[in-house]
Amino acid sequence: MAENLRVVGDTLPGADLNAPLLEVEDLRVEFKVRGKRIPTVRGVSFTLEQGKTLAIVGESGSGKSVTSQAVMGILDSPPGYVTGGEVRLRGVDLLAQDEESRRTVRANHIAIVFQDALSALNPLWSVGFQIGELFRVHRGTSRADAKRRAIELLDQVGIPDAKNRVGHYPHQFSGGMRQRVMIAMALALDPEVLIADEPTTALDVTVQAQIMRLLKQIQDERNMGLILITHDLGVVADVADDVAVMYAGEIVERASIHDAFKRPAHPYTKALLRAIPRVDTVGRELEVIPGLPPNPAALPSGCPFHPRCWAVDPERCATEAPPYEEVTDDHRSLCHFAKEVYRDER
Amino acid sequence: MSELTAPKAQPDAPQASLWKDAFRTMARRPDVIFATLILLFVFTMAAFPTLFTDKDPTYCIGRDARQRPDTWFAGEHPLGTDGFGCDFAATVVHGTRPTIVLALTVMILAVIIGLVLGILAGYYGGWLDALISRALDVFIVLPMLLGAILLLSLFRNGGSSGGLLSTVGPPVIALTVFGWMEFCRYTRAATIETKNLDYVTAAKCLGAKDRRIMFRHILPNAIVPVTAVIPTTIGGIIVTESALAVLGIGVQPPATSWGVLLAKGTEWAGGGYIYLFGIPLLLLIGTVFAFATFGDALRDALDPKLR
Amino acid sequence: MNAELGQAEAGPEPVLEATGAVKHYPVQRGIVIKRTVGHVQAVDGVDLKLYAGKTLGVVGESGCGKSTLAKLLVGLEPPTSGSIKVLGKEIGNLSARRIRSVRRDVQLVFQDPYTSLNPRMTVGDIVGEPFEIHTDVVPRAKRPAAVKELLDMVGLSPDHVNRYPHQFSGGQRQRIGIARALALRPQVLVCDEPVSALDVSIQGQVINLLERLQDELGLAYVFIAHDLSVVRHIADEVAVMYLGKVVEYGTGAEIYDHPRHPYTQALLSAVPVPDPELRGHREEIVLQGDVPSPINPPSGCRFRTRCWKATEKCADEVPGLDVGDHGTHPTACFYAEERDVTHAVK
Repeated sequence: MAENLRVVGDTLPGADLNAPLLEVEDLRVEFKVRGKRIPTVRGVSFTLEQGKTLAIVGESGSGKSVTSQAVMGILDSPPGYVTGGEVRLRGVDLLAQDEESRRTVRANHIAIVFQDALSALNPLWSVGFQIGELFRVHRGTSRADAKRRAIELLDQVGIPDAKNRVGHYPHQFSGGMRQRVMIAMALALDPEVLIADEPTTALDVTVQAQIMRLLKQIQDERNMGLILITHDLGVVADVADDVAVMYAGEIVERASIHDAFKRPAHPYTKALLRAIPRVDTVGRELEVIPGLPPNPAALPSGCPFHPRCWAVDPERCATEAPPYEEVTDDHRSLCHFAKEVYRDER
Repeated sequence: MSELTAPKAQPDAPQASLWKDAFRTMARRPDVIFATLILLFVFTMAAFPTLFTDKDPTYCIGRDARQRPDTWFAGEHPLGTDGFGCDFAATVVHGTRPTIVLALTVMILAVIIGLVLGILAGYYGGWLDALISRALDVFIVLPMLLGAILLLSLFRNGGSSGGLLSTVGPPVIALTVFGWMEFCRYTRAATIETKNLDYVTAAKCLGAKDRRIMFRHILPNAIVPVTAVIPTTIGGIIVTESALAVLGIGVQPPATSWGVLLAKGTEWAGGGYIYLFGIPLLLLIGTVFAFATFGDALRDALDPKLR
Repeated sequence: MNAELGQAEAGPEPVLEATGAVKHYPVQRGIVIKRTVGHVQAVDGVDLKLYAGKTLGVVGESGCGKSTLAKLLVGLEPPTSGSIKVLGKEIGNLSARRIRSVRRDVQLVFQDPYTSLNPRMTVGDIVGEPFEIHTDVVPRAKRPAAVKELLDMVGLSPDHVNRYPHQFSGGQRQRIGIARALALRPQVLVCDEPVSALDVSIQGQVINLLERLQDELGLAYVFIAHDLSVVRHIADEVAVMYLGKVVEYGTGAEIYDHPRHPYTQALLSAVPVPDPELRGHREEIVLQGDVPSPINPPSGCRFRTRCWKATEKCADEVPGLDVGDHGTHPTACFYAEERDVTHAVK
C-alpha cells in the first residue's frame, strides 16, 4: 500500500496530506432561469478518501450531475452558479481559486468520464491526438512521446491493437470502446479523483460489466478516489464503498454500502430498493413510489419527500424541514423518523 | 414541467388547439399590437388611398417641382413634390397598393411552392427529392436579375391595360419563380429531421395517410424556420422590385411603388431632397419591422414550451 | 413448463404469430446509380407465437434486431421473407391501404416519451388522433368523452386534455403514449423498451399500469427490453435475441433459472444485482469484445466469436432452435447445457 500512496502536495500548492482527499461541504448551486432562482443543489456534504468509491445515487433532476459538475468546476454559467460551500482537495478550497488554477486542478487532480462518450470526444481529431494533446499541453512532452504514451494508455484500458487504433477517429469505435477511450483520457494525467457520471448508462449489459470491471481495476491499481454517479442500484451494489442518496438537491441518506442496502434509514432509499423488480415480484404488483419527483422551482414545504412518503406525520413533515439524524456512526439520514425507519427491518 | 407549474385547466373548457392557443398568446404581446397598428396603417393606405390624400399622383405641374415639405403634413403639398412637380404624398400613398399586393402575393406564392415542394422532397425522398433538389440548385445558381429580365421580356409586348393585375402581374411571376428556393430548402431540411421522429412513426402505426402525416405532424414543425425568413424576404422583394423598375420591367407606369420611388429617390437624395428617398425608406423599414415582429411572435406562439 | 408451448398447438389461435420472419436492409453505395454492396441482416428467421392475455418478453443488446422485429410485428416494415400474422391474418404482404384495418389490432408503445408525442399537439389531440384516422370507431360527438375515458384509464386526469406534452413528466408522457395506443382497442401491444428511459421510481408505476391494463382488457404484449429484471417481472415467455436470431426461447423460469445458451448465461450473469452482500460471490461471465456487425455476421453460430465453448463445428453449421436431447426448452446451441448463473439472487 505504501508505495501506492501518491503525493499530491508537489503540484497542488497548500495541500495538506493529512486532510481527506476530497471534502465537499455545504455545496449549494442555483440556476437562474428567466429571472427566477432555482436551487438545484441545496447543501451537499460528503467526504471521499483515497482508494474509496462513493456512489451518488439519484433520479433525474435530483442534482447529482450538477453536484459533480460543480465539484469539477465545469458548471455551465450562466445559468448555473455555485452560491455557497467549499470543495476541498487535500484541504485546498477549489471554489476559492481563480479559473487558471482550477484548470490545472482539473487536468492534473480531478478527471471526469461522461455518459455520452461520442459527444465528449471531438470527431475531427484522432483519439491518439486527443489523448496526446493532454501530455503536450500540460506536461510539455514531444509529439512522438505523447503518441507513445497515448498507445500505452489505450492498451491499459483494454483497447485491442492499440498501436493501430491510436490513429482512428471516435466514430470508428463502438460504444464500449469509446467509453474506454474516454477513461484513457481521464487517466492521462494521473488524477487522484475520478468522477464517473453515469459511465455505463448508454451501454449494453455485457459491455457495462466490462467497463465497470475496468474502472474498478484501474482504481485499485492507481489507488484513486472514485465518485460514481448513477441511478442504477445494481451497479452501486457491485462497486461502491459508500452511498449517498440524493433527492431534490439534498443528500437524504449517506451510509456504507452494506448499511444502505440492508438497513436504509430514509423512506426514499427504502422505497427505491423496493421498487426494483426481483424474482419474488413475478406475478405481483410492484411496490412503487407514488407521485413524481418534485420540481426544483417549487419544492414542497418541510421535507421535500413528504408528499410521496408513507411514514409521515402529516403536520410535522409538511412544515418542518428535517435535520440530519445519525442512526449509527457514519450513517446519516435526513428524516424526522430516521431511527424508526432504520429500526424496521425491510 | 410538472403539476405544479402547469396551468389549471377548467373542467369543461373547450378543447384547445395549437392555432387557437397561438393566437391568444400573440394577442397578449405589446410588440405584436404595435406591429399590428403599423400594418393596419399600411394596409388601409393600400386599400383606401383617398382617405390619405385628395390629390392625383399623375397630376403634375412642372413649376411646382422639388418643393421641400417645409410645412410638414400641412399646406398644398404635405410631403412636398418630386422632380416633376407631382404631389409626393399622393405618389407615396398611391404607390402603397401595388407594393403591398406585389410583396404579399410573391411571398404567399413562394411560401406555398416552397413548403409543398420541400415537404414532398423531404418526405418521399428518392427520385422526387433528387429532382426537386436539382431544380433548386439550378434556380439558386441562376442570377435572379438575369432570369427576371428574360422572363419579363416575354410579357413586354402585352402592354399595360392599367388594371392592378397587369400592373404587378409580370414582376410577381418573375419574383416568385426566383423566390421559393429558400423556403423549399428550409422545409425540406425540417421535414427530413421530423419524419423519423417517433411521433410520426406512431401516426403511421395508427394508419394515418401520408397527407395527414405531412400536414398535421410535419408542417407545423417545418413552418418554424420559414417564419424566420419571411419578414426579410418581404423587404427583399420590395427592393428587388425597385431594381426591376429601374430596368423598366417592374411595376408598369403610370402606377408606381415604393421600390420605384426608392430607386428614383436615390438620384435626388444627394441634392438635398432627402425626403424623396427617406419617406419610402421609412415606410419600407416600418413594414419589414412589423412583419419581423409578427414572424418572431408566431414562431414563439407555435412553440408550446415558450408560452 | 414446456406444456404451455405444446398445448398451444391444439388450443386457441395465437393473436400474433411470426414464422421465419426475415428483414434484410440493403446497404447501398453511390448517389445516382445505386448498387447494393451488402445487407444488414437485422432480423434473420424469427419464429414467435403470442396468445391473448399473455406477455412475450424479447431481450437482447443493441443491434440484436429487437427494434426491427417490433416494426415487423406492427406492420411498419414489410418482412423480406417469412410471414407475420395478426389474429390469423397475414400482414406481411398487404398493401398500404389494406393494412390500415389491421393496424387497429396491433399498436406500438415507444421507448422515448419525449420524441413519441408531437410537441405541438395537445394531449386531447394526440389521444384523439386515432379516432380521426379511423372515423368509424367513435362518432364525432362522442370523441371528447372517449378521449377523457382513455386518459382516466391510464391514470391521468381527464382535465389534462388541453395541455401540451412538455407539461408532463416522462412517466406521464409514457401514459399518454399508452392511451393513444389503446384508443382503437387493439388486441396486441408491442412495447419497444417502454420503461428504459424512465427513472426507477416511475418504471414501476408504468409496469403496474401495463399489467393492470392487461388484466382489464385482455391485452397481449410483446415486451422488448434490455433490462432483464423488468422482463422477468412482466413476461410469461422470453425470447433471447442475438444478431437477428432467437438463441433461446422459453418461459420466464426456464430462461432465468435454467438458462442453456452461453449467451443467455453471459447476459444474466452481467446484470448487476442490487445486493452488496453478493459482491465477489456472483459468477460473472464477462464476454470479450463487442457484438459483430450485422452486415457481415459470423458464419455458423453468430455468437461463436465471443463464445468460450465455440468449436469448428460452430463456424461451419448453423445451430437450430431445438429442444435437443436433454433440453427443456428450445436453445440454438450445439453445446447447450444448463448453468445456474443467477443462483445467488434467490
